[in-house]
Amino acid sequence: MTTFVQLTITGLANGAVLALAALGFVLIFKATGVINFAQGDFLLVGAFAVWSFVVQVGLHWTVAVAAALVLAVVLGVLIERLVLRPMIGEDPVAVIMVTIGLAAVLQAAVQMIWGVTPRRLPEFIPHGVFRLGDVTIPQDRVFAVLIAAVVLAAFSVFFTRSRHGIAMRAVADDQQAALLQGISVRRIFAMAWALAAVSAVIGGTLLANLTGVSGTITEIGLLVFAVVIVGGLDSIPGAIVGGAIVGLLQQYTAGYIGGGLQQVVPFVVLVLILLVRPYGLFGEVRIERV
Amino acid sequence: MAAITTGVHHRSYESELRLRHTTAARVRLALAIVALVAIPFAASPFWLSVLDRIGIAVIGAIGLNILTGYTGQISLGQGGFLAVGAYTSGLLVAQYGLPTLLAVVAAVVFTALVGAFFGLPALRLKGLYLAIATLASQFIIIWVVRNWDAVTGGTASLVVPVPELFGFQLSSNFRWYWVILACAALATMVARNLFRTGIGRAFMAIRDQDIAAEAIGVDLTRYKVLSFAVSSGFVGLAGALTAHWRLIVTWERFTLDVSILYLAMIIVGGLGSILGSIYGAAFMVAVPAAIDRVGETLQGSFIDRQLPAIQLGVFGVVIVLFLILEPRGLARIWQRMKDYFRLWPFRY
Repeated sequence: MTTFVQLTITGLANGAVLALAALGFVLIFKATGVINFAQGDFLLVGAFAVWSFVVQVGLHWTVAVAAALVLAVVLGVLIERLVLRPMIGEDPVAVIMVTIGLAAVLQAAVQMIWGVTPRRLPEFIPHGVFRLGDVTIPQDRVFAVLIAAVVLAAFSVFFTRSRHGIAMRAVADDQQAALLQGISVRRIFAMAWALAAVSAVIGGTLLANLTGVSGTITEIGLLVFAVVIVGGLDSIPGAIVGGAIVGLLQQYTAGYIGGGLQQVVPFVVLVLILLVRPYGLFGEVRIERV
Repeated sequence: MAAITTGVHHRSYESELRLRHTTAARVRLALAIVALVAIPFAASPFWLSVLDRIGIAVIGAIGLNILTGYTGQISLGQGGFLAVGAYTSGLLVAQYGLPTLLAVVAAVVFTALVGAFFGLPALRLKGLYLAIATLASQFIIIWVVRNWDAVTGGTASLVVPVPELFGFQLSSNFRWYWVILACAALATMVARNLFRTGIGRAFMAIRDQDIAAEAIGVDLTRYKVLSFAVSSGFVGLAGALTAHWRLIVTWERFTLDVSILYLAMIIVGGLGSILGSIYGAAFMVAVPAAIDRVGETLQGSFIDRQLPAIQLGVFGVVIVLFLILEPRGLARIWQRMKDYFRLWPFRY
């Protein structure tokens, strides 16, 4: 029983971070209909940027995160302007491949600037444990869950309440209709990429706290695909539930079956979900059957 | 051919179905054959091994192009399928003592079957969903290779003996060159002719408009699975050749990066073009090798230290630039160059 509770708690905590990592992916897909294969690398760039500002520049971590956020906005807008905008209206397969190329460029840039040695972020989240009977709950995970919850809630409110958020949903729904309403589709696209980069900085920093700053983050970034497919590509609640499901699945397989099976289980589930319900649990039912 | 032609005109179906329509095309083919025969005698050992790698990559790239370029089904599982080919052939020779030739054929067939199985999601999915599904198949295959200790040896590398073909020990890159050249030529001819048959035309119909294809009587289920199988067969051959050429098989050679590298090859070369697959494979293997060379001559410099990162970055930049500037790749650029000279002094 203790094991079960322990696995559940760890799974949920990992799931929250995964949901946050998936958020940027959902944002971009929601607004622009682009599948961003570079999301994992966005996370990595975010984590390294924060590490650089804290360790190399010596800023306080709040300032460092703020600086990294500004950098993320610039990077997001630049990528949208230079790489994605020329691809508007192209075959979806070509757009996917462009983001794959983008992922390679980002990865190469990270290697050139920061090298391949894993780094440690200085601890700015408490690292102790809470005890509940036999169950231990690492404090850093509790904080990760809290931060993830706040950010996800903020984005949900943004999408339902703010002018820009609603404009973004309008663009996602129908670009021409949105243009007729006087919404600048270009600006919305740029904003979506900037916001995705911003969420990646937060997600990357949290991941870096749990795993260290290294290429592992990109691998975790690939789990994002499982999260968004389970939850639905265009749904923020879906990302949260999908994150929880993938997190729990991984923990249960690791705890009860073992043998490294937890690395592959998310992808098996992904294929099964794709075959049965491709739009996920919460996604909009719009998939084309062939 | 007259001094100025207005294009190639066909007067019969036979003439239209012909692979090469003009004298110029036949002359170019002859020149290419002469060059391919002459090059290995002039190449240094380093470039000879690069040529061998290009030949293997050509086979794999043609395979991927059949699926992605001609049938329109994107695949990120190329690395996994290469691994299936390499391990099947390697294991059959190293563990069960099968003759190399038989093992390679078995690898082609088995990879085709595995490819057809992982192509099943394509029956219900397309575009981005299919990309994600094939990404999953990449991870699943590599996970199986790493964890199925009893058969693949897990993360330990599999050592393959030096193969023997018709009494020749294939122990040097020079000897390998002829074997690989023959395989690549065979693959090129099979693929080129495939698209003159009903099957190939069905593939292209699915790419251009799947619903219309179904309406004119193309069985989508059958041809999509068939496309995955045919494509994977080529990839299996490339994988098997890699195993016997390198004499060692490790899972690290078949990661997602490899899938991306092959996608880059067909994008750079030209989607839906057999010649493009060849140009793309040559480009994407030769450029990193050249960067490698530059790095070696500039020992200790920035380029030398950052070699893997630079190579990765070049891949990425090349993919992005080609997709934005010339989505139809080197094959299209070559076509434009030919047109320019053919029509000179007129613009069109």
